[in-house]
Amino acid sequence: MKTDPTGKPGLVIEDLHGWYAESKVLHGMQFDVREGEVLTLIGRNGAGKTSTLRAIMGIMRKRSGSIRFQGEELIRKRIYEIARKGLAYCPEERAIFASLNVKENLALPPVLRPGGVSTEELLSTFPNLQRRASSPGTKLSGGEQQMLAIARILRTGSRYLLLDEPSEGLAPVVVKEIGELILKLKAQGFTIILVEQNLRFARSVADRHVVVEHGHVVDILTADEIRQDLARVKTYLGV
Amino acid sequence: MSKNLLIALAVLAAALVAPFFVYPVTLMTILCFIVFACSFNLLLGYTGLLCFGHAMFFGSAGYITGWVVKNWGLTPELGILTGALFSAGLGFLVGLVAVKKSGISFAMITFAIAQFVYFILLQSSFTGGEDGMQNIPRKDVLGLIDVTSGFSYYYVVLAITVAAVAFFYRVVHSPFGDILKAIRDNDARVESLGFKPERFKLLALVLSAGLAGLAGGMKATVFQFATLTDVSFPISSEVIIMTLLGGLGTLTGPMVGAAFIIWLNEHLATLGEWALISQGVILLLVIMFLRRGIVGELNAWIRARRAK
Amino acid sequence: MFDFVSPQLLAGQLLIGLINGSFYAMLSMGLAIIFGLMNVVNFAHGAQYMLGAFVAWLGLNYLGIPYWGSLIIAPIVVGAFGMLLERVILRPLQHLDHLYALLATYALALIIEGLIRQRYGSTGLPYDSPITGGLRLDFMFLPWYRLWVVGFSVVTCIGAWLLIEHTKLGAYLRAANERPDIVESFGINVPRMITLTYGFGVGLAALSGVLAAPIYQVSPSMGSGLMITVFAVVVIGGIGSIMGAVVTGYILGLAEALTKVFYPEGASTVVFVVMIAVLLMKPNGLFSSSEKA
Repeated sequence: MKTDPTGKPGLVIEDLHGWYAESKVLHGMQFDVREGEVLTLIGRNGAGKTSTLRAIMGIMRKRSGSIRFQGEELIRKRIYEIARKGLAYCPEERAIFASLNVKENLALPPVLRPGGVSTEELLSTFPNLQRRASSPGTKLSGGEQQMLAIARILRTGSRYLLLDEPSEGLAPVVVKEIGELILKLKAQGFTIILVEQNLRFARSVADRHVVVEHGHVVDILTADEIRQDLARVKTYLGV
Repeated sequence: MSKNLLIALAVLAAALVAPFFVYPVTLMTILCFIVFACSFNLLLGYTGLLCFGHAMFFGSAGYITGWVVKNWGLTPELGILTGALFSAGLGFLVGLVAVKKSGISFAMITFAIAQFVYFILLQSSFTGGEDGMQNIPRKDVLGLIDVTSGFSYYYVVLAITVAAVAFFYRVVHSPFGDILKAIRDNDARVESLGFKPERFKLLALVLSAGLAGLAGGMKATVFQFATLTDVSFPISSEVIIMTLLGGLGTLTGPMVGAAFIIWLNEHLATLGEWALISQGVILLLVIMFLRRGIVGELNAWIRARRAK
Repeated sequence: MFDFVSPQLLAGQLLIGLINGSFYAMLSMGLAIIFGLMNVVNFAHGAQYMLGAFVAWLGLNYLGIPYWGSLIIAPIVVGAFGMLLERVILRPLQHLDHLYALLATYALALIIEGLIRQRYGSTGLPYDSPITGGLRLDFMFLPWYRLWVVGFSVVTCIGAWLLIEHTKLGAYLRAANERPDIVESFGINVPRMITLTYGFGVGLAALSGVLAAPIYQVSPSMGSGLMITVFAVVVIGGIGSIMGAVVTGYILGLAEALTKVFYPEGASTVVFVVMIAVLLMKPNGLFSSSEKA
């Protein structure tokens, strides 16, 4: 595995296979994530991007291969053990709890390690959420729900964030806000793995792009490479 | 295919000579439960609906059959048919309340409705309450064949059973059966294809209830006696165990399961509680380690050997 | 019609209804808590209730543990047994069709009830009431013990409701009802939470069993008889709704009592008639909030 001189790989995925019930969706995924970078997984619908995040997090139970996080093997670990190692996951559907209000949603994740942000701090960072603290979580707008879903996982103190399509279904203004949030988190030293279909959004935030097709990695491009050869990526995505 | 046919013919031949070696009433009990288990399998194995009170169809048909045979002087086969029709109707009524549900809700609702039916039959005067309905006569079948002896009636019961199993086989291998299996595997997808799963589930429930009623009516004519036990929850539970033990969603599994459990009951009858305890243990072991059932595991094993 | 009913009869039946309702409420609440997190209808609930009563009876007769001690010990012993069952039997079935887990709990009920009956016979064993005497009103005698049971059940139900609706622990539970995988991805040990919740629900059943011992006799079938009604209560209240379970439990206890006074033949079936009526009008039950049932 090649390493970049500017950042050591914190998360190394090797030969990762994964199954949903009997059907195999990941066929030997191979890539690494460097400390402090924003990395996107791009590819068509059904290519295996979401499955990759779910496999890393242990939510996809049937998986094989190797997922090493800061030198430690995660493939046999359970979801909560993986979370306690310092990985956090925000699903595509956001999973805001309907039976909890905004503040309860925000306060739900426990602070697992130093660096976990307090609820008060989060509420002051996200004034929209502050205003609606006592309304049911699912009564928020799509953009607010997305903010809540990201804000929530900052509480755990995990430094690696797995975000699944945060821009999906949101108005351009809100997408821009999410992009700014991601860059701000990066500046604070968070490492972010982003699943994206929206190439323009992905390009605006990411350092590197992993192109996924049929459950394996077909290409890895840096932000510079993608700028020079946009056509190549567009063929992968079929746009 | 021809091999399967050979096996079927061998089983049929064995069934024809069996009453020369085994007590006919035991054999007839097994046949009744084979039909009952097939009816249950149609729902759980092929439609994915767990009916947790299937005895309501089995036992109430027994009373209806007994009553029409006693009071209208019907021949056994017409009595059984009446019982089956009654249960099919009961299945329709249950379906009106229950088929909007699946999974656990369906199980709970059928469980509660079955208890309701039990209490109604317990309080009705025509059932004889706790004493049961006794002395159900057995006239000549079709008005021709004398069936006062168990030995001769066995062949009538065998004929009805073969017909019922053939009917079951036709249903699950028809396009209708394919839709049921699709509903079992993915309810929402069937709906997105433009079918109304509820209607198919209702029809499956009616057919299953009718078959269960056929089995119950048959049992009433075999024992010439209809009892509350046959409507009670232990019978609902027994048919679940038979079907799972033999193999859910297999044709022959429930037959094997029914034969095994009846055989076991006969042997443990004198040991009091151990019959029920052993049923619990069997059910638990099947769920933990043998979810495909005896026949299902056997099929998988044969397939694995062929693949080599 | 009221002219023919004496106030004594009415009050007496209403008290019985309230007592039965207390047990329906506590048992169906335990079922709802377990179902919410595990999607399993615990068919062994009645057997576990019966075990609670038996532990109390055995404790009194062999170890001299009084009622008040059993009230604490029996739920712990039976709850621990429940946790063992969850780890060994229910956890391996967790990711299969939930009907398997339901059938497994049913199999456990068969085994537990059968073994107890084999050992202790089917006849009821007496358990003396720890509180004697009562309140003599103009029209009826109100035993202290029955008042204690009703009060205890109301307090337990309110306590459990507060725990679930207004504490952090309850928030975890509510969230895990919706998305256990996401809650676990926050670093919360959900598998342990499931074990403890099942243990808690089972302990609650055992607690009800101890409360019941002096009222009904201690017998192997005391649970299975009661559960028939309790399952109907759960369907009426909305499967998985804790509030629905409790409220419906009390209401149906009283409804049964009133039916007994005014139309005795219908007393054993009124619950099912109500259930069918509710299902026809509100297919998800009176209090259902989630669509997963």
